[in-house]
Parts: sequence; C-alpha cells; structure tokens
Amino acid sequence: MSENIHGFNYEKDADGIVTITMDMDGPVNSMNIQFRNAMKAVADKLEAEAGLTGVVVASAKKTFFAGGDLKELSSIPKGEEESAYRMIEDELKAPLRRWEKLQVPVVAAINGAALGGGLEICLACNRRIAWDSPKVIIGLPEVTLGLLPGAGGVVRSIHMLGLVNALPLLLEGARMPAAKAAKVGYVDELVANAEELVPAAKAWIKANPDAWAQPWDVRGHKIPGGDVWNPVNGQTLSLAVGTVFKKTRGLLPAPEQILQVASEAMCSGFESAMRQESRGLAYLLTTKEAKNTITAGFFQMNAVNGGAARPKDVAPSEVKKLGILGAGMMGQGIAYSAATAGIQVVLKDISVEAAEKGKAYSAKLLGKQVEKGRMTAEDQERVLGLITPSADYADLAGCDLIVEAVFENKELKAQVTKEAEAHLGEGAVFGSNTSSLPISELAEASVRPANFIGIHFFSPVDKMPLVEIIMGEKTSDEALAKAIDFTRQIRKTPIVVNDSLGFFTTRVFVTYLDEGVRLLKEGLSPVLIDNMGKYIGMAVGPLTVYDEISQELIRKMAATHREMGVFGAKMDYSVATEVAETMVNEFGRGGRHHGGGFYEYSEGKQPWGLLAELYAKDGIELPQADMQDRLLFRQVIETLKCLEEGVLRSVAEGNVGSMLGIAAPAWTGGFIQVVNTYEYNGEIGIAAFIARANELEAAYGERFAVPAILNEKLAAGELLV
Amino acid sequence: MPHTAYIYDAIRTPRGAGKQSGSLNEVKPISLGAGLLTELQQRHDLDTSYVDDVIMGCVTPAGEQGGDVAKHIVQFANWDESIPGVQIDRFCASGLEAVNMAAQKIASGWEDLIVAGGVESMSRVPMGASGGAWLNDPEMILNDSIVPQGIGADTIATIGGWSRTVVDTYAAESQKRAAFARDNGYFDKSVVAVKDLNGLTILDKDEFIRPGTTVETLSGLKPVFAPLGAMGFDDMVLKKYPDLMAIDHVHTAGNSSGIVDGSSAVLVGSEKAGKDLGLKPRARIISAAVLATEPTIMLTGPGPAAKKALAKAGLTAKDIDLFEVNEAFASIVLRFMQDLDVSHEIVNVNGGAIAMGHPLGATGGMLVGTLLDELERRDLQRGMVALCVGGGMGIATIIERV
Repeated sequence: MSENIHGFNYEKDADGIVTITMDMDGPVNSMNIQFRNAMKAVADKLEAEAGLTGVVVASAKKTFFAGGDLKELSSIPKGEEESAYRMIEDELKAPLRRWEKLQVPVVAAINGAALGGGLEICLACNRRIAWDSPKVIIGLPEVTLGLLPGAGGVVRSIHMLGLVNALPLLLEGARMPAAKAAKVGYVDELVANAEELVPAAKAWIKANPDAWAQPWDVRGHKIPGGDVWNPVNGQTLSLAVGTVFKKTRGLLPAPEQILQVASEAMCSGFESAMRQESRGLAYLLTTKEAKNTITAGFFQMNAVNGGAARPKDVAPSEVKKLGILGAGMMGQGIAYSAATAGIQVVLKDISVEAAEKGKAYSAKLLGKQVEKGRMTAEDQERVLGLITPSADYADLAGCDLIVEAVFENKELKAQVTKEAEAHLGEGAVFGSNTSSLPISELAEASVRPANFIGIHFFSPVDKMPLVEIIMGEKTSDEALAKAIDFTRQIRKTPIVVNDSLGFFTTRVFVTYLDEGVRLLKEGLSPVLIDNMGKYIGMAVGPLTVYDEISQELIRKMAATHREMGVFGAKMDYSVATEVAETMVNEFGRGGRHHGGGFYEYSEGKQPWGLLAELYAKDGIELPQADMQDRLLFRQVIETLKCLEEGVLRSVAEGNVGSMLGIAAPAWTGGFIQVVNTYEYNGEIGIAAFIARANELEAAYGERFAVPAILNEKLAAGELLV
Repeated sequence: MPHTAYIYDAIRTPRGAGKQSGSLNEVKPISLGAGLLTELQQRHDLDTSYVDDVIMGCVTPAGEQGGDVAKHIVQFANWDESIPGVQIDRFCASGLEAVNMAAQKIASGWEDLIVAGGVESMSRVPMGASGGAWLNDPEMILNDSIVPQGIGADTIATIGGWSRTVVDTYAAESQKRAAFARDNGYFDKSVVAVKDLNGLTILDKDEFIRPGTTVETLSGLKPVFAPLGAMGFDDMVLKKYPDLMAIDHVHTAGNSSGIVDGSSAVLVGSEKAGKDLGLKPRARIISAAVLATEPTIMLTGPGPAAKKALAKAGLTAKDIDLFEVNEAFASIVLRFMQDLDVSHEIVNVNGGAIAMGHPLGATGGMLVGTLLDELERRDLQRGMVALCVGGGMGIATIIERV
C-alpha cells in the first residue's frame, strides 16, 4: 500500500512502520511549495494513522535533500519579512515539529547529501542513520549564502551538540562527509551500503519503540555543556563576536544573526529560541547581502565554473604538455599550478639557472605541504618531476599550450612569441599572461593569430583562483575552448573578456588605486584612506595595496601605455600615474619591495615621513561615507563601462571576476550585482545607485557619471543580470 | 548645597593579592566589610542606631557577594538592627558613587549619617561572575563595538602616542611611590588590619606592591591584550577610529591595575550628626560628577567628569592641590593629566592601583581616604578623586579640608 502525497511516497509495512520516501518533482528534493504541502499533508496523515509504530524518512534521489529553494528565497523583497516569517514558522517549522512530536520513533535514512534544510529535516528525527560514503555530505552551509539555518538548524544543533561544538559548525557553514558527521554527533549510526539504510532504520524502531521523545522535549533537559551560565559558553559567545567581526568587518549580517540566535538558544527556552531563529532568517532573506551572495556568489559562480563561456561546439581538450616562457614570479606560479594538476611543464627562461630557480619555487611550496603532512615525499617528487627547466626553445616541441609570462614589454613579447612558435605544432595555442597590453596587438607578432589568446593569471598564482581569458580580434573559438579547458584543468575559475586596454580586472583595479591617490592628493591621511577602503570591505586599503603592486610597476605600465599610444584611452589612472612618477622619479619611492612607498616598512609599517609634507592639508575633512563611496563607485562604474563596451561578455563574469580577481567585497556580490540591491535614501536598486552617483559626480567630478547602460536598464525596469 | 556633607572618617582594609594565594582569600567579603564597620564603631564609639544607611559598591554581586551584600555586612557586623544597607553597581565607580550618593543624601537634608564604600573579593568572586549583556550578548557587543577594556586602554595609549616605555615608566614610578608611602606609614591612619576570630592579624599592610620594580623589569612582560586584539577586537576599534593604523598593545600585567581583595568605608554626615555624636569633620565634599563618553574606547571618562565637577564647584584644575586618579591602566592617568593639563607631581603622589591593586567596588572609597590623609599630611586644601568606569563612564569628586 503506497501513496504519493505531493511528491512524498507514503508506504506502511506490516509492522506499522511508515516509510516516507521523498521523490519530489525535478532532479532534487528541496524546500519549495511542493515540500511544504507534502509536509503538512503527511503530518496530518501520520497523526491520524492507526497502528503506527514508527516512521522512516528516506529519499529516492541521489541526494537526500537539497535544502532551501534559493531562487524562491532570494526573490523575497524587502517589506515582506512578515510573510517570510509566517512561512518559516507555519510551513517549515510547524510540520517538522509535528513529525518530531509523533509518539513513535522517527528515523532519517540518509542516502546522499543532506545539506541545509536536508540536515534540518534529519535533526527533527529521533535518530539519523547515514550511508558511510564520501558522497553523503552533511552540514548547514547557510551562512555561506548569507542566510541562517531557519528550519530549526541553529537551535537543534545547539541543543544536540552544545554551544561550544555547534557554534563553529554554524559560523563556518561546515560541510562534512557522513563519517565526520558521526564523530561530530549529527549522525548516530553509519551503514556500509545505501541498501541497508531502511532496514537498519526499521530494526532500530523495533528495538526502541519508546524512543520517540527528543531530548529537548524531555523534562529536565539540559543543553550539553550547559547554558549561558557556564562561563565557557559566555566566553565562547563573546570571543566569537571578535572572530566573526575580523572576518566580516561588520559587513555581513548572516554570521552575526547566527551568533545572536545561538545566544538566544542559550538564554531562552527551546520554542522561544526557535521563534528567534525564524525572525533571524526572515530578516536575512531580504537583506542585500543575502541576495547578492545567492545571485552572484552561488548561481553566477556555478554558471561560470560550469563553463558557461565555453564555445559549445568545440570538443573538450586537455593540456598534456605546457610550455611557460619566463620563470619569474608569474611563470613559476603557473608552473606549480599546472604540475600539481598533473600537467607536464617546460619552464623556459633565458638561462637554465633562471629556469631552475623558477622550479625551486614549486619545490618550496610542495615542501611545505609535505612538512604539514598534506602530501607525501613521493608525490612531491612526482609533481616536481613534471617540471623541466630549460633555456632552449626546442624543448617546447610537442607543447599543446604555451603561456608567455615575460616582462610587460611589447617587443620582448613579440620576440619570444616568434621564437616559441617556430617549435610548435599547428594546433598549439599561444597564451600571453599580460595584465594590460592589448592582445590583438601582441597577436601581430604571431604567425597563427587565431591561436593567440590572453591568459591572465593573478599573483600569487597558487592562491588566486581566477584566470582572465582575453579574446583577441582574431582569436578562434578553438583557442578559447582550450584556454577554458586548461583553466578548469588546473582548478581555477575562468572568465572571458574581449580585448581592451587593461581588459577588465586591471582596468577596474587601477581605479581603486587612482581614487585612493586622489584622496591623498586632496590632503587626507594615508591611514584614514586605507581604513576607508577596509570599511567598504576591500581586503587592503588602496595605498597599502598600491605599495604592494608598486609605484614602480604602475609607472612602467604607464610608460608602456604611452609608448603604445593608448595611455588614458580606456582606463583612467592618470592621478595614480602622476603620483607614482613623483614618488619614483623624485623620491625613489618605488613600492614596498623597492625600499618603501607611501609607507615605510623598515621598523614596522608607518606612513612615509615626507608624505604629509607633500600632500597633507590641514583642516581637510570629508564625510566618511563620501570617501568610502568614492572608492567603491569608481570600481563599480568602471565595471559597468566594461559591460557597456562589451569588454565583459556577461554580468556573471563581471561579478565573479571582480570577486575572485580584485577582491570585490563579499557583500557586494561583485561590482555589477551591487547595483541591483544598492540602498540609498529609501530607494533600492539601480535608481538608488544612480542617485548616489549623481551626488558624487556633482561633488567630485565627471568620473562618477553613470554609464548609459544604467539608465537604460532603469527605464526598461530590468536588473543587471 | 542646603546642607554640607562632611567626611568624618575614611578607612579601608589593606589590599590582598586577588588570587587563592593572596592573604585575604580566606576572608569572606562580608567579613572584609564588617571589619571596617566594627572599626568605625569602636574608633568613634559610634551609636550605630544613629546611622541612616550603609551604601556599598560591589561590581560583582554574585554568589557570596550577591543579594545586597551591604545589608549582609551591616547585619554581620552586629550593628543596630534598624540600619539598612544597599549595594550599588556603577562598575569601577561604585565605591566613589556610594560616597557621592551619601553626600547627596546628606545635602538634601533627608539623612544625617551614612557609611559609604565598597567591597570586592576578587579572589573569591571572579571578575565577570555576575555576567552582563556587554560580556555575553553578541547583539549588544556588535551593536556597540564593545571590546575588552584593556584594548580600550591600549587605544588611548596609541592615540596619545604613549609608547610601552612611557607607560612602563609611569608604572615603575607608581610602584616606587606606593612602596615609599607604605614604608613610611602614610597609609597607617586609614588602613585597618584584617583579623581572624582569635584577634590574630591576617593582613595589616598592602601586599600587592612590588618594590624595586623598574622599567627594565617591566619591559619583559607580555602585552596582555594583543592576542584578544588579534582575534578581531582591534578591528572593531579601528572601525570607530579610522585615523589609527593599528592598536599599539602597550599594557601588561605590570602597568595595569592589580587584581586584589579589599573593602572601604567612608563616614559621611551632616553638621548635626557631628554635633550629636561629637565627631570632628575632616573634610567636606564640594562637588561630584558622573557622565559617559565613547563606550568602545571606554576609559576616557575621568577628564570630562573632572571638568564637570570643577565647573559645578566653580573651580579650575589649578584650584586642586592633589589628585587621586584610579590607575586602571597607565594610559588612563596619562590621558587624565593631558586632559586637565596637570603634572604627575600632584597626581597619585603615593602611587596607585598599578602598585596596590584595584578592588573594583571598593576602590573609590579607598581613594577618598588616601587623598584625605595626604592632604592632611601635606597640609593642603583641596583634592579630587576620579575614576574611569565601564561602559565609557567617568566619575569625579572634589573634597576640601575643613
């Protein structure tokens, strides 16, 4: 006797045990409207079921349960908090609570990933049995989406595991395989095969017919580790505030809400804390931070990583032998990333010694991993064995991809292109790791410009996840597909942009430096300026990052751009350049690694002594909001220009590229998405952004004029997607 | 003031190290307080039924210090059963707040004789044991950027440009002054030995002082608040203080107030009380002020409070002969001296809490006594007591010999 109730298969066996097998419409089970209908209907039926002895909750899908419906959740607008709260309370929590209060044992049979809502269903069961498989991933990752587990996840975790154990899992959004979940305490029992799950669940029910009460529903229940009166718990909460703030700088509300709900769980009763949890989720759902994180950090990131930009009709390729020209900082990093992905690498420089030095970088990084026990000495040898240092172009024979990473000089790049190509086959792709030089111009040196493409890595290569792929005028789809395949082969995220000075990332990044330097020239203190950058969530202030990039490099880049006749054409870093030239030419301040820049580093970081003399003005004061918005808006407006001009080929790549490549703060969801949810003077979205940009333009100049694309989108009632 | 509030006496226990190896660890908080009440009664042959109220500051009213410890102390001292008691908590200002409230009660004419002071056994009831939203409530901590006090003190030093050497130099001087004062008997008038049931002395002198402390010996100590700062609390401060690049963590166990046990009691009364009981007033309380300042840095209140009290009294800093400013941390006093433009020559002339310790709720009352003794010893007129207070508050009281 089996019945399908809104996608839940309801089947009662001869022993009176009902097995509910979730098999919802679509590829996965998720907390959508169908689920909410099913939960209520099944609760009604179970409560009325005669001769019921137990319930098994199982899944017919590969994943046990996929969690909340993010499309639905992220579409709840501001002002709809009350209906969101009611939905959470009445349609998610209440039916789960009814299942939980059935006076028969309820057991979850976890056959696949149970993340977020999936785990929350399991936590409302009396027992959790999981298949001991690495595919069975368990956890509450809501915080990584700007949300909190609102179907009882925070409160039940704390009541089950205690604050000290549960809080880190909730704040990190930890995901773990079933075996680890069993150690943590989320899972009670492991079975070796998925087929054993339901029988094991039924066996437990038969052996424990009276085990139907949840610990928190038993009189005298105490949270493991005690409540807030245990000093350890109080201390855990207060220290967690610091660690959360250090990570978020107060810019991400989700971990803060989790902390607050956790605190409530320690201070108030189970039901009260459950309501607080619902209020917290209702609040988070309509925040711009959650919407930005879900839209860009989740959906767009998945699309980009899934190869959305890859030409569909080109067969998949794999790089077997990679040639790298130049064993400097970038070349050696690329060699490391490729070799650790199992690719054979020829690392070529002008001398074998220089190339060996480049290889030594990989030896150093791998050695550290061996030291930490993350890699065996054999694996280290195997990876290092893949890298062949060389000074001979002939060694490039047989390479299917070249990445050129020599100095940013057009003639030098032309020369190495010619010399390398002489040894390459017809199908080999030549990639230039330039950060700003127009690819189409570099391609002029190539005999096969269709195979010539930009592959822009970020420093340090081994840590930075983004690769910016640049299409020259003549670059073929085959070359693009190969570059994307290679990027994914080395487990990095590719974005594809069209050729233009500074491409996308460099062009936007220099506006951050430029605006920081403008503030400096206006007379403000470097420390204040850098703090303003941090306040908007940038990893480092503009002047500090300028010192790292180095005034020397910006000065040289400007010189190259001038030589090529492109300076000032597309990317506005005129003030950054002017100050770099003053700093380098007149004072020898070339940057942190050139003896110091805006700051002195010899005895702890301090503003360089003469800087105040050069630029500081007494009595200059700007509203902090203006300083912060100037640093943010320059980057956003430049990104929008890239979109408008077709340098960016999609919004998703603009958002993902800005987050991974130039540290666009997590709360923004990238430098395009930030506009969609921008809040100003009671308005939300593009109109709000335009209103603020207009103010900045009036006060600080034309560079804050909004690109036409914004007004077009506003008029059309569209978002930037 | 309609009625002048006189100080008839001010006594205290010695301060014992606030840990289990400290001499006063074996003494209950109510015994510390009751010992002083007994002493007041005996010294002045006091008819205790004349006393209108006993106000005791206590910052950690939990456990054996909980449940209105002032009333417990009155009863435990066997004072007349008609005498009430009230425990108050204004964090580190509690002891001085008790004195100020007593003065206000007298000034109003509603009451005539009050015992005001405080008690804190930090070795038995640890700091923070009474909880508080600012310690445990993430929402409050985040909303107000509440950071550990020491980080606030470090921030004050950073803003003031006071290096580790500067604060250590201040601390070494506090030790030197305190040791000299104790060894020359400057505290003897006020310090009442703590005794056991046999009358045996448990402690009769401040035991926390470390004579011979130098800048060199202090320089080896670890900055206490650097690890907490690195856990994110520095970032919380920097979000309010954008002109700072980083917090210079200069405070150590050696240049911060010590954790100690102790109690204080100040006898405050009207002119009538003095006449009725044959007491001779030693000083009068001429003004007092309490206020609050920016709560993240938390400890910049003493200067503004002092100015408010001075304005109320129609005085300027130049009219004050001696200052007692609680040495919660070295930078607090450095900031105070800068705010009021006064010299270290007349501030904490007999050392302070860095050397002797800071028994939270009791300290304010202790400082009144220390100040009054020294005004008398030097035959000076006016003095001020000021303390920094949790939550950004500051308190100050001006007294004048009569």
